[in-house]
Amino acid sequence: MSSKVIQAMYNDDDILMDAVKEVRAAHHHIEEVYTPFPVHGLDKAMGLKGTRIAITAFMYGCVGFSFAIWMMNYMMIEQWPQDIGGKPSFTFFQNMPAFVPIMFELSVFFAAHLMVITFYMRSRLWPFKEAENPDPRTTDDMFVMEVAVDGNEKELISFLENTGTVEIKVTEK
Amino acid sequence: MYTFSSKLKTFSYALMIVGLIGVAYGFLSTPNSVEDVKVLLEESHASHDEAAVSHEPEAHVVAEESNTTAHSDDTHAEHAFHYLKNKPWSALYVALFFFFMLSLGALAFYAIQHAAQAGWSVVLFRVMEGITAYLPVGAILLFVFFVLSSLHFNHLFIWMDADVVAHDELIQNKAGYLNVPFFLIRAAIYMAGWIAYRQYARKLTLAQDNATDLSNYTKLFKSSAAFLVFFLVSESMMSWDWIMSLDPHWFSTLFGWYVFASMIVSAITTIALVSIYLKGKGYLEFVNNSHMHDLAKFMFGFSIFWTYLWFSQFMLIWYADIPEEVTYFVSRFNEYKIPFLGMLVLNFVFPLLVLMNSDFKRVNWFIVCTGLVILFGHYIDIFVMIMPATVGDQWFIGIPEISSVLLIAGIFIYVVFTALSKAPLLAKGNPFIKESEHFHY
Repeated sequence: MSSKVIQAMYNDDDILMDAVKEVRAAHHHIEEVYTPFPVHGLDKAMGLKGTRIAITAFMYGCVGFSFAIWMMNYMMIEQWPQDIGGKPSFTFFQNMPAFVPIMFELSVFFAAHLMVITFYMRSRLWPFKEAENPDPRTTDDMFVMEVAVDGNEKELISFLENTGTVEIKVTEK
Repeated sequence: MYTFSSKLKTFSYALMIVGLIGVAYGFLSTPNSVEDVKVLLEESHASHDEAAVSHEPEAHVVAEESNTTAHSDDTHAEHAFHYLKNKPWSALYVALFFFFMLSLGALAFYAIQHAAQAGWSVVLFRVMEGITAYLPVGAILLFVFFVLSSLHFNHLFIWMDADVVAHDELIQNKAGYLNVPFFLIRAAIYMAGWIAYRQYARKLTLAQDNATDLSNYTKLFKSSAAFLVFFLVSESMMSWDWIMSLDPHWFSTLFGWYVFASMIVSAITTIALVSIYLKGKGYLEFVNNSHMHDLAKFMFGFSIFWTYLWFSQFMLIWYADIPEEVTYFVSRFNEYKIPFLGMLVLNFVFPLLVLMNSDFKRVNWFIVCTGLVILFGHYIDIFVMIMPATVGDQWFIGIPEISSVLLIAGIFIYVVFTALSKAPLLAKGNPFIKESEHFHY
């Protein structure tokens, strides 16, 4: 396998979108696209799968909810069922309305924080991580599409030149 | 243009006729005197004993009765007599208020969409206008109901009864607000304000269809904003007048919002259901599943909003447990346990789990199923707001309750779909119409 990639630069997101569609139609493999801001519909044009992070958030919320119920039941009902201001601490359900604010907050806390941590882990983001952008201009005003070289390099370059690119680089990965 | 299908017209007539017969039956089957009630009560006690069924509140009453003289038996029967007399009236009132609330909530949602200059909902404006067409009809029916109440045809609002007020210092202190002329004047003012905006807005959007400039649209924007200010004040007072005053000893500060939450979620559900019906018949080809997705998001969000207010009101009163406030929930919890707790499942748990998934919100039959559950749940919500004060432990969802719903539903369907057939279903003069037609989420 050749480890060469072609980096085609664009200066407009509409041109980039058209280029992505053309490259996909010609069955070239797009390794990665770097953009300075979210381009609406780019994931669909690239054929990326939908994210499952909402599903993980739901499950984390269920964990937080269960944790809150277990914690309140253990502390307030089982461990030391004290009479605090006449609240009925005989069973969990008799005193449940007082626990609902905590059950709600812990569900949200678990869902939000664990989802964010999941996001960081899946997208490999952490402090002191080395930045991966191929060209510093991609954080400012340039869009870069990386296409794997598979077969005829010259043909691929001339194909990409016709997609409205402003600059083409060939690099070893 | 939509044509009112003859099938649906026949269906609405059938609902009205069946409902009317049931309502008449409900009024005719009320007991005529306290003596009848005593016989009824003895029969029911006997059958209870046979089945060996005894639940706590009843056992409590029996224990209390054994300590007092036979006089309490008479007062018990008299209470039950008043409750049973109120039953068909209350059933009618719940249905009247429920359907009026659907169209009033739709009007509020409509005004919000105009004032917020929403781009997505323009294709649904004519559907909303159709639903709000019930507003004048419902207002007249409700107002007649209030006039009949104030003429003592029923005893729903006990503060209207001079005998009761004479022996009740708490109500006497509220008589500056709770008196019949002022009550009727207030009701007339709210209704006039809502109907005036509705008719004005309808006139302006119809004029905008053929206009060459945006002057109608600008007027509509301004009047919608003004209406919303009026609506929030009048809606809050309406909920004190029409619902909270049924329990004149009790008060709650967030009651207006709570009624509003119930109102807006059922109204949005109705908009979704009517849109899906019309789209199924091929009249709304410009409505796509992203519009339904947005409506379903509102159904989901406002269901949670309703639960939030329901719980806030319940939990604050439960936690502090102040006797004069807590009786409201004690009577509901003891005598209405199944509807009181069941509506939480219908109005919160079910929509929460079904409408959370983004894909499900685009599937029409999911929206229809959840919508029917939400509408039923909010009927129960209104039922539990009104019935404990008027029929107490004598409640039952039987012929008077169901036929009242059928009667008003028939009128509602007839009025709404007649109005829908009066104008094109696309408000083509609106400046956001192109955006709305191409709306995609």
